[in-house]
Amino acid sequence: MTELLGIPAPVLFGQLLLGLINGAFYAILSLGLAVIFGLLNIINFTHGAQYMMGAFTAWMLLNWAGLGYWWALLLAPLFVGLTGILIERFLLKRLAGLDHLYGLLLTFGLALVIQGLYRNEFGSTGLPYAIPAELRGGQNLGFMFLPNYRAWVVVVSLAVCLATWLVIEKTRLGSYLRAATENPTLVQAMGIDVPRMVTLTYGFGVALAAFAGVLAAPIYQVSPLMGADLIIVVFAVVVIGGMGSILGSILTGFGLGVIEGLTKVFWPEASSTVIFVIMAIVLLLRPAGLFGRTG
Amino acid sequence: MRTFSLLAGVAALALAVAGPARADFTGGKVRIGVLNDQSSLYADITGQGSVVAARMAVEDFGGKVKGAPIEVVFADHQNKPDVGSNIARQWYDTEGVDVIVDVPTSSVALAINEVTREKNKVFLVSGAATSDLTGAKCSPNTVHWTYDTWALANGTGSAIVQTGGDSWFFLTADYAFGHALERDTAAVVTKNGGKVLGSVRHPLNNPDFSSYLLQAQASKAKIIGLANAGGDTINSIKQAAEFGIVAGGQNLAGLLVFITDVHGLGLPIAQGLILTESFYWDLNENTRAFAKRFGERMNGRVPTMVQAGVYASILHYLKALEALGSDGDGKAVVDKMKAIPTDDPLFGKGEIRKDGRKLHPMYLFEVKKPAESKGPWDYYKLKATIPADKAFRPLAEGGCPLVQ
Repeated sequence: MTELLGIPAPVLFGQLLLGLINGAFYAILSLGLAVIFGLLNIINFTHGAQYMMGAFTAWMLLNWAGLGYWWALLLAPLFVGLTGILIERFLLKRLAGLDHLYGLLLTFGLALVIQGLYRNEFGSTGLPYAIPAELRGGQNLGFMFLPNYRAWVVVVSLAVCLATWLVIEKTRLGSYLRAATENPTLVQAMGIDVPRMVTLTYGFGVALAAFAGVLAAPIYQVSPLMGADLIIVVFAVVVIGGMGSILGSILTGFGLGVIEGLTKVFWPEASSTVIFVIMAIVLLLRPAGLFGRTG
Repeated sequence: MRTFSLLAGVAALALAVAGPARADFTGGKVRIGVLNDQSSLYADITGQGSVVAARMAVEDFGGKVKGAPIEVVFADHQNKPDVGSNIARQWYDTEGVDVIVDVPTSSVALAINEVTREKNKVFLVSGAATSDLTGAKCSPNTVHWTYDTWALANGTGSAIVQTGGDSWFFLTADYAFGHALERDTAAVVTKNGGKVLGSVRHPLNNPDFSSYLLQAQASKAKIIGLANAGGDTINSIKQAAEFGIVAGGQNLAGLLVFITDVHGLGLPIAQGLILTESFYWDLNENTRAFAKRFGERMNGRVPTMVQAGVYASILHYLKALEALGSDGDGKAVVDKMKAIPTDDPLFGKGEIRKDGRKLHPMYLFEVKKPAESKGPWDYYKLKATIPADKAFRPLAEGGCPLVQ
């Protein structure tokens, strides 16, 4: 059997693939953060809670309304996105133009409140959510057993990331968005409703988080703290990729997932730290992040 | 700073006024501090449920010891040893707490163990698992009530080795508890003629276990021992099912599984798991009656063994206070607790050994199939009862300095 770096090649391939799967979650979450930061200039610390809300909405739809996974994939982002729109309209809007710190405090506080409410209602252990029947089982790839559901997660995340990138970079709507980021006053003077665009963008970013939450529900425990644990890593991903860079956040998300996966083989104890070490190094060498613009 | 001194002054005055009336109890009252995880992965196992259990113990005792009122306070140690020891010092030094109870997360419990010894107070451990608390780190001020890593390894580990699971690979939570549980289980496995093929240590509160599970799969061990707890165990078991580990012929051994974990997993995934606990709500009339009262205050949930242990240990502590007539000297209180035989509705009759180990039977359970479960929280079938004298590590083997 061939070996790479003292690890049998099949094991290594398996870990690379797993890293990619975890990277899919990082990518989709950091993408939402990057979109929100790019346009609203707000560091959305509620993102983890909104990811958790997505997973819980899926659970509630199943247990209270009898609607399964596929409905949840559609409805949960809509519902949670809607709550995001309300948050933007009634709270975040008032902070426009103020220091980043205010937005950070508000969104962080909201995250604590939302997580507290869910913990009070559902407990901290979490709830079970089964893998949909269509995606159960798996494929034997020779070097590893790949559950169908995980394969689905990678494919659908890549598709969503790519679609978002295309919309923002290649369409007319995307060009409005980018222009409004550069100079909102001028764009508004052209007759484009910038405040509404901002609201909808926040709603979209939040919906992405909820979408990731639904994807995660069958894999991880649906628990009030699932987002709090993940969000810190995701922020590191965004910082490494460069705040506000769409493509940067997608690539860094997948890339760091792979690096983390490899750390779990070579030095498992360090796997929760490695991303932050990389973050520190990147910040020292390229303060704007790998794909960020300086200035 | 000025506010602080003022407050301290007022508090001192209050103590001085209240003091002489009941001179034998510090501050004129008995204050019980429940210190545990109120907000994170162990909050359902311990958390508010332990606080409720503590209050129930106080009520059942009558609310007073020799006329001195009993109070229960609680705090969140966030599973961090530094946060936990800060709270403990503040409680002991300025807030008149006489005894700290529960304290899940072994690393935090070991820290509180030292603070309590230094301040000569009392520490009743229910939530933490490491057998070091009655071994190398044993203290004359500590009683370890509910369970420990040795008892879990002895119960689940030997049951599995004896039924043919003789090669093991461990997924271990990378802190004091996981290390102790892996060490104690590996010893049981080797003693029974099995062998340990390897282990991997994962960070506490880790969401994704697929990478570790794949390493366990590659080891070809018959049994994958989960030396972790709470959300970590749940995610390990859930993802092992997803990756076809059990279908591939390997079996999981959850070394520390609580009833709340089984509830969180759901029976379809948890069925067939073998686990060791010292308490189950549906054991007998007394446990059912306790669970019913507990459920009325806790939104229909049943008590975990940790919460039951908080209740029982406080009852016994209060009995010792009544017999002793004072609470100032922690070591004397614990000596009294060791002198009086224990007897409570949840754990039955028992005793506390010289090294601080509480002795009672442990139970080997199997998780029911969905069809066998008759109602909410009806999850366990009793497989075997391990008698008190066999359930815990023999006194001489622990290396506790109090014993020599």
